[in-house]
Amino acid sequence: MTMKNSNSIYVILGLFGILSPFLFPAYTLSIAFMWVMVLMASTWDTLGGQTGYNSLGNITFFGVGMYVSAIVQISFFYEGGVAEYTSAMGSIKPEFTVSQYYWGLILGIGAAGIVALLLSILFSTFMFGLRGPYFAIGSLGLAIAAAETTVTINYVGGPSGISMPLFPGDIEFRSTFFYFICFALTVVAHFILRWLYSTQFGLAINAIRDDEDKAEAMGIPTLIYKRIGWGIAAFFMGAIGAVVGNMVGFIDKEVAYPIPTFGIFMVAAALLGGKGTLWGPVIGAILFHVVKDTAWTLLLGYQWIALGLILIVNIVYFQEGLMGWLQRKFPEFFGIVVDTSSREEKAES
Amino acid sequence: MDNLQLLLVWAPVINIQLILEGIFIGAIFALSAYGLALVWGVMNIKNLAQGDFVIAGGYMAFALNMYGVPLFLILPIVVVSMFCYGWVVYLLVIRRILDQDMFVSLLATFGLSLLMQQVINRIFGPEVQIIDMKMPVYEAFDSMVSIPTSKILALVMAALISISVVIFMKRSRTGQAIRATAQDPRAARVLGINIDRIYAFTFAFNSALCGAAGVLVSIIFVIQPFYGITYSMGSFAIVTAAGLGNLPAVIVSAFGIGLFTKYFGFFNSALEYAAPVGVLLAVLLWRQVSMSRNRQAVK
Repeated sequence: MTMKNSNSIYVILGLFGILSPFLFPAYTLSIAFMWVMVLMASTWDTLGGQTGYNSLGNITFFGVGMYVSAIVQISFFYEGGVAEYTSAMGSIKPEFTVSQYYWGLILGIGAAGIVALLLSILFSTFMFGLRGPYFAIGSLGLAIAAAETTVTINYVGGPSGISMPLFPGDIEFRSTFFYFICFALTVVAHFILRWLYSTQFGLAINAIRDDEDKAEAMGIPTLIYKRIGWGIAAFFMGAIGAVVGNMVGFIDKEVAYPIPTFGIFMVAAALLGGKGTLWGPVIGAILFHVVKDTAWTLLLGYQWIALGLILIVNIVYFQEGLMGWLQRKFPEFFGIVVDTSSREEKAES
Repeated sequence: MDNLQLLLVWAPVINIQLILEGIFIGAIFALSAYGLALVWGVMNIKNLAQGDFVIAGGYMAFALNMYGVPLFLILPIVVVSMFCYGWVVYLLVIRRILDQDMFVSLLATFGLSLLMQQVINRIFGPEVQIIDMKMPVYEAFDSMVSIPTSKILALVMAALISISVVIFMKRSRTGQAIRATAQDPRAARVLGINIDRIYAFTFAFNSALCGAAGVLVSIIFVIQPFYGITYSMGSFAIVTAAGLGNLPAVIVSAFGIGLFTKYFGFFNSALEYAAPVGVLLAVLLWRQVSMSRNRQAVK
């Protein structure tokens, strides 16, 4: 996308992002989840689209981040400790002061991102020996195993989950507050990815996608690049997991490891928009979220069936994605130089 | 460790019960894993909806049983209708993703799995169901080991189905054509085999196998719309461990996984559901370690 075009899109999206909680206060949380989807799809694309390692298990970091932030937030300012808090199953409601709550939140989000990052480094020691569909199945297995293991740990509430600390403000301000955290994280992630893709890193991971063996033969340290790619995704997934956990207010297995929903949605959104591009996942996620929320409202009771159908139709009949289709139709808009003479010949023949 | 003492010291006969249960599970895993390996090997489609085909077959049998259809009719009806269903799915979905990226097949079949789960859930509701065969239960060792006749019957049916599948693949013209297509689609086409029909037949055949496995599941275990993922993951673990096109290895690892799941569930019932996934991860890891010895790359 050329500079001028993308600038105008930034202005539109930025204005929408900043003004929407005041323009559409009833939809604040829904739009917040739209930005969460944008973040998830964009960071999935780092490994999936750009590096060619299709992960179905990025949602692991989301859940781990959620639990880590809960542990940090509770254990820092509640002297009884996490075990006592969770065993009471939500009947303990400690009164956090305002500054305690916000410090806990900041520390929780940071810790969630860092723990997820470390976890991705640990996983990368054995996961990156798998390629193609084996990596996809293996990472899906990782997510399921993480979800099933979390349920058995009584320290974090086991199957009954944890209710998060109460927000010390009124409810209107609460949703606006979390909305802006989601939006800010998404913007930060987008610009970091945009900068990364324009550096040597972007070239290297695209080389890995195109032919890993040749890339390695050319002297690219492929394992390190793959680790960095997954690490970035893990960091942001962990951080957004912490935010979503606080936004929802209660976490258990279903909230923390939504494998059949967000775990697959982010992949579907990236595919819908066109994987391997900076803007594809963003546009795909926005479109997917709008379609999904409409389906949820209009087809209540049949929403999951509609969703399965959307997934199949999207993948089977609409492979190249929105961005791919647009690039093919209007190449000039994206700054791709087309030899017009060959096109005229085609039109004549 | 109370469980271990129970198993080794106090009541060793419980082992027999666990081994029998493991064999029953293994027989069902073997059927669905063989279908998965067939589709994977012939047309390079990784069917994540494998378990949901099994569950769909189970619910079909359940519905037929409710209307009073006798068992010896249920199996053929389910097999034939699952065959037709598989053919339709092939025409609508699978045919369009044949030449695509490998990941596409995973994602498309995941969508299919979601769709099937939810449709079954809408029709039958989320309750756990079972077909009550009303057959006698043999008991041995002071009622510590109980063997329902229906399970023995199911095991015999599974064995018969596997044997006829093996004979079909070895002897019949269609079986030979399927194996030829798996080896080299282009050469098979040159020799006059209609590849598209073979692909459609293979997928439908897989679906029918899953349907048969589903009938057995509904007789000897329980069915629920969302139980499919266990069978999918188990099948994937078996095929990954055994390798494609290696039928004896598929059967051995199917029984291995069945036994492992049962013993694991005996010690920690909360993790029984996660056991096949754990085995899958362990198999992938082990393969990687064993392959990294042969890896020659610039460090």
